Amino acid sequence: KVYPHWYPARQALKLDPKGKLLRDDEILQNLPVGTTATMYFRDLGPQLGWTMVFLAEYIGPLLTYLLFYFRVPYIYSHRYALTSSPHPVVTLACACHTFHYMKRLIETIFVHRFSHGTMPLRTIVRNCAYYWGFSAWLAYYINHPLYTPPCKFYGELQVNYALVIFVMCELGNFSIHLTLNNLRGDGELRYPTPTKNPFTWLFFFVSCPNYTYEVGAWVSFSIMTQCLPVAFYTLLGFIQMTIWAKGKHKAYSREFKDYPSLRMAIIPLLL
Amino acid sequence: MASSEEDGTVEEKENNNKKRTKSALATAWLTFYNIAMTAGWLVLAMAMMRFYIQKGTHKGLYRSIARTLKFFQTFALVEVGHCAIGIVRTSVIVTGVQVCSRIFMVWFITNSIRQIQNEESVILFLVVWTVTEITRYSYYTFNLLHHLPYFIKWARYNLFIVLYPLGVIGELMTIYAALPFVRRSGMYSMRLPNKYNVSFDYYYCLIIVMLSYIPLFPQLYFHMLRQRRRVLHGEVIVEKDD
Repeated sequence: KVYPHWYPARQALKLDPKGKLLRDDEILQNLPVGTTATMYFRDLGPQLGWTMVFLAEYIGPLLTYLLFYFRVPYIYSHRYALTSSPHPVVTLACACHTFHYMKRLIETIFVHRFSHGTMPLRTIVRNCAYYWGFSAWLAYYINHPLYTPPCKFYGELQVNYALVIFVMCELGNFSIHLTLNNLRGDGELRYPTPTKNPFTWLFFFVSCPNYTYEVGAWVSFSIMTQCLPVAFYTLLGFIQMTIWAKGKHKAYSREFKDYPSLRMAIIPLLL
Repeated sequence: MASSEEDGTVEEKENNNKKRTKSALATAWLTFYNIAMTAGWLVLAMAMMRFYIQKGTHKGLYRSIARTLKFFQTFALVEVGHCAIGIVRTSVIVTGVQVCSRIFMVWFITNSIRQIQNEESVILFLVVWTVTEITRYSYYTFNLLHHLPYFIKWARYNLFIVLYPLGVIGELMTIYAALPFVRRSGMYSMRLPNKYNVSFDYYYCLIIVMLSYIPLFPQLYFHMLRQRRRVLHGEVIVEKDD
């Protein structure tokens, strides 16, 4: 109460100055301390709740892409201001991108239930810069007046197949999020398993099918737009999600003795 | 029970032996590497001095030492590997940034943009690099041989105070001088429209590189200053955790 600006989410307590941070759920009685406990306090800096974090991260790409789609003045050359592209794939790409981020925003508000409380402000600024920056870079090329759509001969086939895979991956990703959400309701902690929904059958092969579907959606988006910056962004996302998936896979394998051995982390049978 | 205990200690001894042979091998390799690099940069220094004494001008000096410079500077990439596998206790990122900036200067600026090879700024950073590298590699060599003369330690942790900023000035002036030639030739650049819907402008990339010196240089400089305080004055610096 003496330092009101150091609210609980911002406090980090340790028993040893060089040791690990104490977790939120640790009980004082269970800690290795005697009759008096000395704790070291560290200020983690301004924090933001997870819901706010995701909202900030996702609203950027949603809106910046639209700025480029409608060719707001000063982005492209003067004579293209507020014009629209003659290629239908550009409108389709805008619809897909917008749908992707709207889905993420809706999931953040209605579906996800977050375990940790908060994230430090610096990380949020860095993450927002990543999401907003990359979506602007992608949108710049896809909506550019000199954009080259997939070529005439099999271009339409390419776009249509990519669209089908994109939609399936989005549905798959959403199904997995719902499944993971329902897991939290039960008392005992179990690892996620396939349900009646065919999209969740990927759980037979992978620990984190939500990441698998996410990568699938971005790969299909790259193919649909035939845009190298999108492919590069997909690659970066894939690397990051693989790191997360491998961590989660290791945590599951360690915690549950009967964890299915067929499962890989993110790519069935491979990774 | 007893046999498993024995196995345990035998395994431990084996592991210790493995660690000892690994670190003996690592020390041998590092000693060889540092001696080789010291020699290489000494050769470069002497070649530069000989050229200047003989010709009296710096024009054509870069061309005469270009191959040796490219060889030894590129070979320094292995230092990133040293940090990655842990035989040198330095951050991979710090070493990576330093080596990459050198490689970038040598291969993507002076090697590819011939018109700036006779600029004075090139001589400036070449001299700075040579002095810095000779000091640094001889420091590492003597350190590994456990016979470090104080003047080498003094040189390594004091000369940089002047040399580092001078080197940065030389590098920045060289990149700046290269800009008009890059723009005119359109080298390493790709424009729209193309099949992959991507574009890259080397000219603007160079401008971004020049701007990136602003946040990066102070960080590396203060890193060296902190190391200097720790090594020369035995001060324990409490670092800010991020």
